[in-house]
Amino acid sequence: MIDLHGYGPRLFEGALITVELAVLSLLLAIVLGLATASAKMSRHWGLRQLGTLYTTVIRGVPDLVLMMLLFFGGQIGINMVTDWLYYQFDVDIFINVNEFVAGVVTIGLIFGAYMGETFRGAFMAVDSGQIEAGRAYGMRPWLVFRRIRFPQMMRHALPGLSNNWMVLLKTTALVSVIGLSDMVRVASEASKATREPFTFMIIVAAVYLLIASVSEWGFARLQKRYDIGYGEAN
Amino acid sequence: MKFQKILSLGVLSAAMIAGTASADVRDIRIGVDVPYEPMEFRTPDGELTGFDIDLGNALCAEIGIQCEWVVQGWDGIIPGLKARKYDAIMSSMTINEQRREQVLFSDPYITPPSAWFAPADSEITTPDTESLDGKSIGVQRGTLQDNYVTDMYGDVADVNRYATADDMVLDMDAGRLDIAFLDFPIGKSTLIDSEAGDYKTVGETISEPVEYFGEGFGIAFRQRDGELAEAFNEALSTLKANGTYDEIEAKYFGE
Amino acid sequence: MDALMNWLEARLADNSIFTLQTLGYYGDGLVTTVQLVFLSLIIGVVLAVPLAIGRGSKKAWVRLPIFFYCYVFRGTPLLVQLYLIYYGVVFVEGIQETWLWVILEKPFVPALIAFTLNTGAYTTEIFRGAIKSTPRGEIEAARAYGMSWGLMMRRIVLPSAFRRALPAYGNEVIFMLHASAIASVVTLMDLTGAARFVYARFYAPFDAFLFVAAIYLCLTFSIIFFFRRLENRLLAHLRPAGH
Repeated sequence: MIDLHGYGPRLFEGALITVELAVLSLLLAIVLGLATASAKMSRHWGLRQLGTLYTTVIRGVPDLVLMMLLFFGGQIGINMVTDWLYYQFDVDIFINVNEFVAGVVTIGLIFGAYMGETFRGAFMAVDSGQIEAGRAYGMRPWLVFRRIRFPQMMRHALPGLSNNWMVLLKTTALVSVIGLSDMVRVASEASKATREPFTFMIIVAAVYLLIASVSEWGFARLQKRYDIGYGEAN
Repeated sequence: MKFQKILSLGVLSAAMIAGTASADVRDIRIGVDVPYEPMEFRTPDGELTGFDIDLGNALCAEIGIQCEWVVQGWDGIIPGLKARKYDAIMSSMTINEQRREQVLFSDPYITPPSAWFAPADSEITTPDTESLDGKSIGVQRGTLQDNYVTDMYGDVADVNRYATADDMVLDMDAGRLDIAFLDFPIGKSTLIDSEAGDYKTVGETISEPVEYFGEGFGIAFRQRDGELAEAFNEALSTLKANGTYDEIEAKYFGE
Repeated sequence: MDALMNWLEARLADNSIFTLQTLGYYGDGLVTTVQLVFLSLIIGVVLAVPLAIGRGSKKAWVRLPIFFYCYVFRGTPLLVQLYLIYYGVVFVEGIQETWLWVILEKPFVPALIAFTLNTGAYTTEIFRGAIKSTPRGEIEAARAYGMSWGLMMRRIVLPSAFRRALPAYGNEVIFMLHASAIASVVTLMDLTGAARFVYARFYAPFDAFLFVAAIYLCLTFSIIFFFRRLENRLLAHLRPAGH
């Protein structure tokens, strides 16, 4: 058996943190992505520009740099606001940004930009005849969105979504650099203390592969569901 | 005998009065960067231990407050304090002028020098610009050792900056570094006393000039928390007087 | 040159963070980042072309190892790969005594190996997809001309596959540039390493990281611009006919 030198339980906790972090930031990224896609397809010039600025800047700067900027700078930025409130209005509030929240927000913010592009392409791929048909039935815009645009969009968006998820999963490893005890950080601490880098890092690599394989399988099943009504040409 | 008992009772009640007097000193969180053996490190099951941790807990108990430790990487440790992620830093932080502009320090609680560490077969005997020319020097990023080495030898040597002391030790073992510059107790514990490699100190220990090496390790607080710093200073002198400090010191630095 | 330096020094006089020293760190960092990314991409492509062809081989002993390599390197974080290679090479018995140690001792080459293997895996998949989508007619035409397999690959399949792969490859280049930011965890003073140094020394996160973010943004835009030009030239035949 592999000797983990007593680091087993912490490694397991780290793996849980990795998964939690990935899932929560995916949810945030989807919400931000939908908002960005809507902004970029909006009739308002300002909203479109805002959407473009967001996706361009985020996709132009390395994840790690954004993470450090938000993690180290974000709290100071928030404190500047709360300090100002304190001196101006004598309101003393304190908002704490811990590593986990900073990680979720940063990764969510980064992948929101990528999701935005995925969703925009997918919305545009929905046949406009379908939307017109919905309107002709007297559906309100929200109902058209829920019943027609969203489900059909998802069919087109799923490949991009699954791709983004895979990249996001691997990006979570970067939080170890800013100090969150995810499984990469635990493994690197353990390998330095025991001087056995192979043991711990290979376990971590295997866990990532496992999560990736499971989610690949999951996405294949989802795709099948959203593909209902479309024949497979083979 | 009786007299001693009365005296200790007196000290106790004095401590209690002091405790009530500083009732507005609330429970606090202390930031610490691990691992930095023997000052602060983790046991394999994740529990924090070390000189700073034991002394910090004893100080908190003396003041009569609850203290919670928050682990934070070294290069974000001062911004984290200013950002109120925690209320104090007790993490082998040397008191110096540059940092004093950022934070408020307690009295120094220990004053270890810095020292050069090299493999036992190293040919370097006196570190200077000549002997270090072209060598790889290891330091921890953002420490006073980093500042000193960068300014003194940055032009002639290859300065490798690490996030933690353990990263550096691993590269030292691997033979990637010719020499490392560390706080003396940390180098002693992680290099000299370790089983992995064979190391020695090179040259004298260094604690001058003060503009780099400061006045010893202090607990850092936010500038506006003067009362808190005062409470810790008082507790520190009590612990030094009643022998608790010596006990902790012997536990980690005793032979 | 001296005049320029003097001018710069005067500009920086009332600024405690961006001194000539720190700008020097950023400058060296830029060089390191560009070298690292450029070299790993070039070697990665050289690696990826035969692997992409082999990935579609009918022989399982050719296909499966390549599949496994791509699967592992695309399925795990680059940071983990970097740790494994940087700290792992040390544990090869007796490596310190061989000539290899001279190049593996410094962090640059281990980082380069990790980056190359990583981008090699992604590029293999990109090329593989492009080769697979070669129109059947082109292959049949080549066969009808009596071309051998090698000639067909060289003259027909690969040139058109490269063109189809161009947009996806452009993304991979940007991805590599961004991924290279982790080089600083193994002490390389790349752009991010310089920013971390400045941040740790002056406790100024905004100055240190916004400045480096701006440099990365410029690099990204240059890459995008370069690939747009290249696509315009090489994919001209795919555009709708002009007027």
